[in-house]
Amino acid sequence: MTASPAVIATSHPNDPLLRADRFPHILCPGCGIGTVIHCYVDAMAESGVALENHVCVSGIGCSGRAAGYVNVDSYHTTHGRAIPFALGIAVHKPELRVTVISGDGDLSAIGGNHLIHAARRNMNLTVICINNFNYGMTGGQAGPTTPRGSMASTAPHGVHDRPFNLPDLARAAGASFVARWTILHVRQLREAILRGMHNPGFSFIEALSPCPTNFGRANALGTGMDEMEVYRQRCRIADSLPPFDELDIDLVDEARPIVVGNFVDIARRPYESV
Amino acid sequence: MTAAPEGGQRVLTGTHFMLGDHACAEGALAAGLDFFGGYPITPSTEVAERLARRLPEVGGQYLQMEDELGSIMSIIGASAAGARSLTATSGPGFSLMMESIGLAAMMEIPCVIVDVQRASPSTGLPTMVGQSDILQARWGSHGDYGIAAFSPASPQECFDLAIHAFNVADRYRIPVFLMLDEVIAHMTERVVIPPAKEIPIHRRKGPVHAPGEERHLPYAIGDDLVPAMAHAGEGYRVHMTGLTHDERGYPALTPEIHNTLVNRLVDKVRLNAQAIEIYDEYELDDAETVIIAFGCTSRSARQAARLARARGSKCGLLRLVSIWPFPEQRIRQLLARGTVQRFVVPEVNLGQLRREVERLTQLPIHRINHAGGAMPTPKDILEVIP
Repeated sequence: MTASPAVIATSHPNDPLLRADRFPHILCPGCGIGTVIHCYVDAMAESGVALENHVCVSGIGCSGRAAGYVNVDSYHTTHGRAIPFALGIAVHKPELRVTVISGDGDLSAIGGNHLIHAARRNMNLTVICINNFNYGMTGGQAGPTTPRGSMASTAPHGVHDRPFNLPDLARAAGASFVARWTILHVRQLREAILRGMHNPGFSFIEALSPCPTNFGRANALGTGMDEMEVYRQRCRIADSLPPFDELDIDLVDEARPIVVGNFVDIARRPYESV
Repeated sequence: MTAAPEGGQRVLTGTHFMLGDHACAEGALAAGLDFFGGYPITPSTEVAERLARRLPEVGGQYLQMEDELGSIMSIIGASAAGARSLTATSGPGFSLMMESIGLAAMMEIPCVIVDVQRASPSTGLPTMVGQSDILQARWGSHGDYGIAAFSPASPQECFDLAIHAFNVADRYRIPVFLMLDEVIAHMTERVVIPPAKEIPIHRRKGPVHAPGEERHLPYAIGDDLVPAMAHAGEGYRVHMTGLTHDERGYPALTPEIHNTLVNRLVDKVRLNAQAIEIYDEYELDDAETVIIAFGCTSRSARQAARLARARGSKCGLLRLVSIWPFPEQRIRQLLARGTVQRFVVPEVNLGQLRREVERLTQLPIHRINHAGGAMPTPKDILEVIP
């Protein structure tokens, strides 16, 4: 069947928000990073803040490529250091809405110190951490978010150490808005990002995402759609931060819920310059 | 802490008795410093302390970061948003900054880094003098790129060179290092600060067109190899990356584009070396012995040259104010004259600058080295001058 030229769209409402001249993107089929970028640009469009006043900063890795696809001032920086770069922008020009989009390894392993200190300061930043449970760009190595028991190229006998609970980490460090959603929850994810943009302090949003090429394949999770189905069946929404152990993510144990939600949303004095 | 005697005055015009580290901070303020991000480390801490007090008083931002990895990135980010930005550190922190110094070079985001050198390697002698970071300043980050490094020999020069460092950083869009050593940093001398209107300020060039008028290409170059810089929040929608990129700033991962880009990063400094480099000469006209020195060591060297002259020895001093670019052409000129018979290179390291001189000549080079903690005295230098 041939589609009629009349119904082929030549543009998308989000085109002005994206660097369409960079497509096709580098992301694999089934990857969730594109969905997060989509939620981010939707939130920007809804934010009521002029695009000229939005800035996107990324670190390194597949998620780190996010900054390269959004049509605002955008910076693709060094591994782990997106937050201090973003902080320099946000402190020098407080009128800008600076969002960091990067991966779990970038933000919580090599960049972990910057994450907790930016949260401590309650700095006016929104950090979107795309958690795909492994280092995807380098071929599926284990990281600090890889669930215990999972397989990875650097964990051929299974991961034996405990992963971070990123929302709990961000809350403990002082973030005033903390959420976790999956890329199945596009509406909630977009709303959480929007909430982050309007929060005068530090917002941390974890976005769980399939990485079918690496993590999914190594752990028999099937395609990106199959992992989305796992999210659909097992996600349970909580309105406040659940106990530490309940936040743990186990993609294999079918009996265990994956807890998502806007866990923390409090008024806490944000960073103010002297 | 007592109330600030300076009030909100950005340029402290007048004559002062001032610490080298403080003079550095005052020079940066006079140059229009907007943002400081740093982490305390001996012997550079007085730069941060001075700015923690002074910078907010003149409308700037002082941020104490969690480590030097964050410090360097915060100043690169602030500069991407248009700030004149500074950090100050010493060897261990300088080492931590190296990766992101490469990012600043690759993204062509200007910034100034004060490195107060102490005896190294590792923790070494934290409170004592060293001059052993100069090759790290040149080659410390991975890959090839252009930078400039200046080495003050007095608190006055700390002030003057801090201003110059910002102008050079903006002019060429490069990281610039102000390489103090502990002796100069902790030396107190007379510092004369001119009226604000006499401070030379040359800011980075911006796009010639208004945002939205036409597409801004962040890495399109004109006739001088240095692209115009648009900042975050100005409406040009720039993209910058540490990946090899084309003139749009987009990743372009080919050997050809990489080769062109990296050559330009190096060439914009290499081809402008004579505009950037600064040196100071003492009695070189008929010199048979040429001492080449920088920082605190150059002060001993000047006294040694003076004493050598007094006893009839044809000795002169080439004092490096810029270490990088190294004034290669000037040394070639001296060699071409045919009168020079030997060089003397005193330094508080085991021969880092000497390697540069060795590249240029087969003549004997007398090395006077100390690994750190002590600097060569005039007598140490005088001993090797015939």
